Amino acid sequence: MSGHSNYEPKTGFERWLDTRLPIVRLAYDSVIDFPTPKNLNYWWTFGGILAVCLGIQIVTGVVLAMHYVPHVDYAFNSVERIMRDVNYGWLVRYMHSNGASMFFIAVYIHMFRGLYYGSYKAPREVLWILGCVIYLLMMATAFMGYVLPWGQMSFHGAVVITNLFGALPVVGESITTWLWGGFAVDNPTLNRFFSLHFLLPFMIAGVVILHIWALHVPGNGNPTGVNVKSKEDTVPFHPYYTVKDGFAISIFLLMFAVFVFFQPNALGDAVNYVPANPLVTPAHIVPEWYFLPFYAILRAVPDKLAGVLLMFGAIAMLFVLPWLDTSKVRSMRYRPTAKLYFGIFVLACLVLGYCGGRLPDDHVIGNLSTFQLLDADLNSMVWLSRVATAYYFAYFVVVLPILGLTETPLPQPESISAPVLPANAPAGAAASPEKRG
Amino acid sequence: MLRKGFILAALGLAFVAGPSFAATHPEEPKGVHWSFEGPFGKFDQAQVQRGYKVYREVCAACHSMSLLSFRNLGEKSGPFFDDKYKNPNDNAYVKAISKDYQINDIDSETGDVIQRPGTPADRFPSPFPNEAAARASNGGALPPDLSVIIKARAQGPQYVYSILTGYVAPPAGLEVPPNQHYNPYMPGDVSAFYKGKGHVPAGGFIAMAPPLEAEKVTFDDGTKSTIDQQAKDVVAFLAWASEPKQTERKQFGVAAMIYLLIFAGLLWVSYRRIWKNVAH
Repeated sequence: MSGHSNYEPKTGFERWLDTRLPIVRLAYDSVIDFPTPKNLNYWWTFGGILAVCLGIQIVTGVVLAMHYVPHVDYAFNSVERIMRDVNYGWLVRYMHSNGASMFFIAVYIHMFRGLYYGSYKAPREVLWILGCVIYLLMMATAFMGYVLPWGQMSFHGAVVITNLFGALPVVGESITTWLWGGFAVDNPTLNRFFSLHFLLPFMIAGVVILHIWALHVPGNGNPTGVNVKSKEDTVPFHPYYTVKDGFAISIFLLMFAVFVFFQPNALGDAVNYVPANPLVTPAHIVPEWYFLPFYAILRAVPDKLAGVLLMFGAIAMLFVLPWLDTSKVRSMRYRPTAKLYFGIFVLACLVLGYCGGRLPDDHVIGNLSTFQLLDADLNSMVWLSRVATAYYFAYFVVVLPILGLTETPLPQPESISAPVLPANAPAGAAASPEKRG
Repeated sequence: MLRKGFILAALGLAFVAGPSFAATHPEEPKGVHWSFEGPFGKFDQAQVQRGYKVYREVCAACHSMSLLSFRNLGEKSGPFFDDKYKNPNDNAYVKAISKDYQINDIDSETGDVIQRPGTPADRFPSPFPNEAAARASNGGALPPDLSVIIKARAQGPQYVYSILTGYVAPPAGLEVPPNQHYNPYMPGDVSAFYKGKGHVPAGGFIAMAPPLEAEKVTFDDGTKSTIDQQAKDVVAFLAWASEPKQTERKQFGVAAMIYLLIFAGLLWVSYRRIWKNVAH
């Protein structure tokens, strides 16, 4: 999509088409001949994995929509009918429900990859922001999809999440009523969620095209963070990365298959197999695992509006990240101090996920009783969430802006080829043992 | 303050719970080994048949299974599957079982409400015409539908088995409300009813009286009809009913894993060969 095209039409038809709609040229330049840094490691295979995830979700989702009935009286039973009476319906449905989790596993790895290797830095800011837009759309899609089976957790999860908008001053109540299409989560809510759940994946696909377009202007980053300097630094995308991505995708699908075939309900909550009942609230309302960190941030503050703002702020941080990180060095491979803070950041995210799945008053350490600090025992999930939330935000607004100005990065290699050619710069090669693969 | 409390409750938070709140946890469900566990696990057809008999003679008095049809009993991996009848609607056992039931219907000639013998295509009839009737007959409690009960509870098979076999006499100091029964495996909180010393007993109250008794069901294959046996068998039946395609799923899964492993191996070899001459 950028630079010189090496496509040469081989047949008469291709020559004819090329002067009218150069679509074969576009495909050739984007996925065959596209010059790709030769040092990409396996963390770079998750883009391809995510494309496969989106494809699986759309194909299985369209088939499910042929059998699903979006009505409060029939939704639950129609999903069970898919599992019992539709040919291979169990396969399609379990691929779709577990596919959502797989999609999020892959997207989180993809995002942490970007954070570690500075993929958001100039000239890739727009590429990064488009990725954040995709993530936001994914969250909306996953949330609405979870409501569709109309189980207990579907219903009460929808109540909790839509009520968040009620925290907004003045307009909150009107917005909530507008979202519901009534005065409670009911049939109109289910209908519109179904409609939007069908629409949003195609919007995701559209933004994915923009994401790839924005990727193909500067080209791929790479683990050294050094720009491509010559043809020696790159290999054509096909066959080098089609085969490497293909291998990674097949390994990912193996893990996917373990869940679909042998543990299809392990990632979901058993309560969602109880049909929705507005009069009975489950003892413990928890979202799916991929929302738990944000759920923990939401609950970390005892004020609803502040919690909502903090939760959306956690995602907003990602959007402005390119202008928060002041370091000119892309890859943390050459930023030992940043690497340490990044490690703690990953830990904080995992801790938030853990806290989100527990009750706020649960003890962190067994039966140890400490003392009441403000509104909760110090040894409680709510205080652990607060510490992790504080670090989450501090990483973006304190660590990254300051560290870029104060740290002393390690020397970076001259070029991508330099650290791997045996004659050159052995120091650089020794400093990065993880790049092989 | 009231508004704040309402908001927090709406959020499903536990912030509102004061320090006096001491939720008790039920006992961990008993560990039982099931033939249908694990990637190669299968249902024991004889056991699922016995389980169906327990359901039919005991559970079905109060519990519906509205998602099940009689034909399901004759489907592959079902309790009455027979190779002779590829179409479960032709299955002799299934036809005989369904014929035993009277199904509410409308006479297509006159429009009158009638009852007719069941067919394999009919759903399991529910014991009560509606929820109000079910509650009225059960001291206000609603017996849950059992179609997906094993999937609808954490550690489903162990949990249901533990409930069925876990009834014990209430500990001293525990006052059991009328129409309720103490079960240490039932989630709930009995602290308000406990006047005894020491820890509040684990578990909760359940409206269902202990349903199983030794010899309550006579097994046709001569298996000794103990409470434990009845509970295990009915759990196997309910596990099958919750997920009738699970054997098919696992068999498909083994083939899919083998296919993917070979596919991954080929891609790995291709990858090594293609990248052989690239320093990276």
